[in-house]
Amino acid sequence: MRLVVDLNRCQGYAQCAFLAPEAFTMHGDEALMYDPQPDDAQRGNVLRAAQACPVKAITVEGMNGAPAAEKAGASHVG
Amino acid sequence: MSVDGSLDRLRREGHIVIVGASLAGLRAAETLRDEGFTGALTIVGDEPHEPYDRPPLSKQVLLGRVPADHTTLPRRREVDAQWRLGVAATGLDMAAKRVHLADGAAVEYDRLLITTGVRARPWPHELEADLDGVFVLRTSDDAAGLHHRLSAGPRRVLVIGAGFTGSEIASACRERGLDVTVAERGSAPLVGALGGVVGEVAATLQREAGVDLRCGIMVTGLEGDSAGRLRRAHLSDGSSVEVEVAVVCLGATRNTEWLASSGLGAGPRGIACDAGCRAFDVRGIVTDDVFVAGDVARSPHPLFGYQFLSLEHWGNAVEQAETAAHNMISSSTDRRPHVWTPSFWSAQFGMNIKSVGVPPMADEIIVTQGSLAERRFTAVYGYQGRVIAAVTFDQAKWLEFYQQQIERAAPFPPEFTTVDRRPEGMHPVPAGFPDPSLPSHGPTVTLSGHSPSDRRISFTPLSA
Amino acid sequence: MTSVALLRQITDYANRADPYPLYAELRKTPVVRDEDGPYLVSTYWEIHHLLHDPRVSSDIRNLNPEAAAMTPAQGEDPNLPPTFLKLDPPEHDRLRRLTMRPFGPPHTPRRVYEMRGELGEIVSGLIDGFQGKQQIDLVDDFSYPFPVSVICRLLGIPREDEPRFHAWADTLAASIDPVRGSAEDQEAQLQTVRQARADLAAYLAGLIEERSRSPRDDMLSAMATGHGPDGQMSPVEMVSTAALLLIAGHETTVNLITNGMLTLLRNPDVLQRLRDDPDLAVPLVEELLRFEPPVQLLPQKTTLADIDIAGTTIPKGASLWLVLASGNRDPQRFLDPDRFIPDRPDNQHLGFSSGVHNCFGAPLARLEAQFALTELVRRLDNPRLVQDPPPYRQNAVLRGPRHLGITFDGLKP
Repeated sequence: MRLVVDLNRCQGYAQCAFLAPEAFTMHGDEALMYDPQPDDAQRGNVLRAAQACPVKAITVEGMNGAPAAEKAGASHVG
Repeated sequence: MSVDGSLDRLRREGHIVIVGASLAGLRAAETLRDEGFTGALTIVGDEPHEPYDRPPLSKQVLLGRVPADHTTLPRRREVDAQWRLGVAATGLDMAAKRVHLADGAAVEYDRLLITTGVRARPWPHELEADLDGVFVLRTSDDAAGLHHRLSAGPRRVLVIGAGFTGSEIASACRERGLDVTVAERGSAPLVGALGGVVGEVAATLQREAGVDLRCGIMVTGLEGDSAGRLRRAHLSDGSSVEVEVAVVCLGATRNTEWLASSGLGAGPRGIACDAGCRAFDVRGIVTDDVFVAGDVARSPHPLFGYQFLSLEHWGNAVEQAETAAHNMISSSTDRRPHVWTPSFWSAQFGMNIKSVGVPPMADEIIVTQGSLAERRFTAVYGYQGRVIAAVTFDQAKWLEFYQQQIERAAPFPPEFTTVDRRPEGMHPVPAGFPDPSLPSHGPTVTLSGHSPSDRRISFTPLSA
Repeated sequence: MTSVALLRQITDYANRADPYPLYAELRKTPVVRDEDGPYLVSTYWEIHHLLHDPRVSSDIRNLNPEAAAMTPAQGEDPNLPPTFLKLDPPEHDRLRRLTMRPFGPPHTPRRVYEMRGELGEIVSGLIDGFQGKQQIDLVDDFSYPFPVSVICRLLGIPREDEPRFHAWADTLAASIDPVRGSAEDQEAQLQTVRQARADLAAYLAGLIEERSRSPRDDMLSAMATGHGPDGQMSPVEMVSTAALLLIAGHETTVNLITNGMLTLLRNPDVLQRLRDDPDLAVPLVEELLRFEPPVQLLPQKTTLADIDIAGTTIPKGASLWLVLASGNRDPQRFLDPDRFIPDRPDNQHLGFSSGVHNCFGAPLARLEAQFALTELVRRLDNPRLVQDPPPYRQNAVLRGPRHLGITFDGLKP
């Protein structure tokens, strides 16, 4: 699964790091580091983290109707 | 009927081409589909990868927590598009509405969006740049290569240029236990982006983390061994450092060369566009079918005297892409201006650094909350008596207040009391920005005057 | 602008069951000075901005003399320092960091996460206890004992001591309520509060002392023995922080869970959806925090400077009340705000406040409510409300039912 965090929005509330510690870790008191492609087994925790984010900075593929995994298909059609 | 009819037709069956398949390009494509564009969409990207996220490359990836090819951006929705990845655009024929590609093909468009972004400025001496162990860090492939080399445990890494990327790389190296020397031409790390007062805090952070930080110094040469492997760097003070890896962090160059003879207002500073993201041509006349977004764009901003701003900011790329996409398929009265307040973040040495506004425009700075010495503070930048920017070190929760101060041009220095105001925060001091005419690692916001055309380009008409 | 005793209407028990029409009235003037003195802020954006405004202080020592005179005393113990709830940075930040060290990231990122199994066991055990009954009082039989067990395990407080601190905690939580009685009543009440605070402090001091001698894997032990870049809390800071966590851990989640079950029983379609799809609990709890927040308002903030907001100037040193529950129902921010939409998009509610004072226990409260509601709807067969509205607690700030009678046909395994 793929995710991205809008770190402009992020204010370091760390809710994600509490709820999905495999995917989100705090680096110091406020800086967030995340795994952009956590294991699918983490899906429940990651969704929980995204919902809990007070500033809704976490975008998870497959959430809110987005496709689960669409491939760009690196086409070189001539 | 005719104008509305043609817009309708464009939305229904037109052909939109996006050149640049990174963050801005992807978000624009999603917005086009979201807003009901059902025509053909072609997305051209010079890298072979699907759109991926770059900020983790200098952090999680170098720390080895995330593989370099694991930063592919999530999709917000399905994007039905023809993806032409791994092939660069090489030219634009505005009259024929056609983009030429490196593989010899050409694609025609009704509307074109340019999101080609920037690339790392390479080490200027080509032979030295080719030495084994000399890196830049911009792409996923760059990050994979650098991570691989760092994992081999080089005896010392040299970071050339202590802007945000350079500082983040130095931070990652220290966290991995690698010896690292940072060479910075300015007086302190981050000085171009945040000024000398904050730069001193950054310098302390680096030194305390064990970085061999050398400021006011230039790297004059990189020396290799007989096998072409980097061995030594020579510095402008006459000293030299034994290094196995050097990372060149001298800022970025806009990817506009492919537009050189197109007649578009494109040059080394980017592509000028109006507030609605429509590109200017070299005559300073706005085009109606070529749009631009992201790092490659320069757009006028009302908060900063309508000067053209070039921003290498993640959030700007997203928002400008959304605005450009909306405007591309909207009638003139439905278009929106792109008025994003510049803001960025950096994580380094366990610290969360965030900023809003345009710090390099400032002449003064005042610490309104916290303390520089404790490395937890909020500082406000002033320009001619108004608040122009703010920065926080591990105090991000206050930043949006200061953003509002900027947006309403509040007086500087702030007249009010705040929580956590210290004695050092009673009086403004000079912000300590270097003379902008001196080259440095690029700040991530550049003001480039009022002219839509870039003085440094010369126009060569397309050969017939 | 002065308005007629809005504050008294909010604290009036008659409005406890449904304060929302009153809040809607309040929002017509986003910032209003109550005739009793405080400035009430009731609209979303104004509350949001003030929560991020560094000119707003949580330290009542910054009240101007006039506002201070009108602010009822809460029976503070002169021997205990204020908790981080009532402090500004940098003291707030230091104490909160020290408290976070044994609780969450970056130093203890997995403590709450790893309590999930335990949370599930406690929930199952409590629901098993409903066996053979047709009716329960959700508050006494579930909503209260669940978070109390959790906070006790987390802090390292022996569960068998619960009856002792139950009364103290009740008294102290009630002291947050801004209800005023006669002068004699107030004095008598203050006396009780002071006594409860002193008794609780003595109890916790003893426990902390014991844990510092023989530490275990709990927060009190970690607070008593840990050292970091911020050093260590002083013994009295430890006592006052432990008391804060204990009371906050008691008195808010109780209401979140009870309000949640009440809302579900009032919206049977949503209850069924949650039964069919337990994952719905995650956004549902966020919506609950918007729709029926356990902390309705934040009293006792003040201003360090004159603040111009929504056409009003709040003068320096004024008493400032932020009505979170009203902001959560602001139609300028939330579409159809009086509807409970369990998967509401873009739900940036004020249920846990925002800014530096955002709820310390939020991650734990979220998990507790998610576990509780999912299991209750799964296991209770055909649950029905005995009485609607249920009887509420007196408290207008920490608002929730005192009892919630639920009948049901049986218990699923």
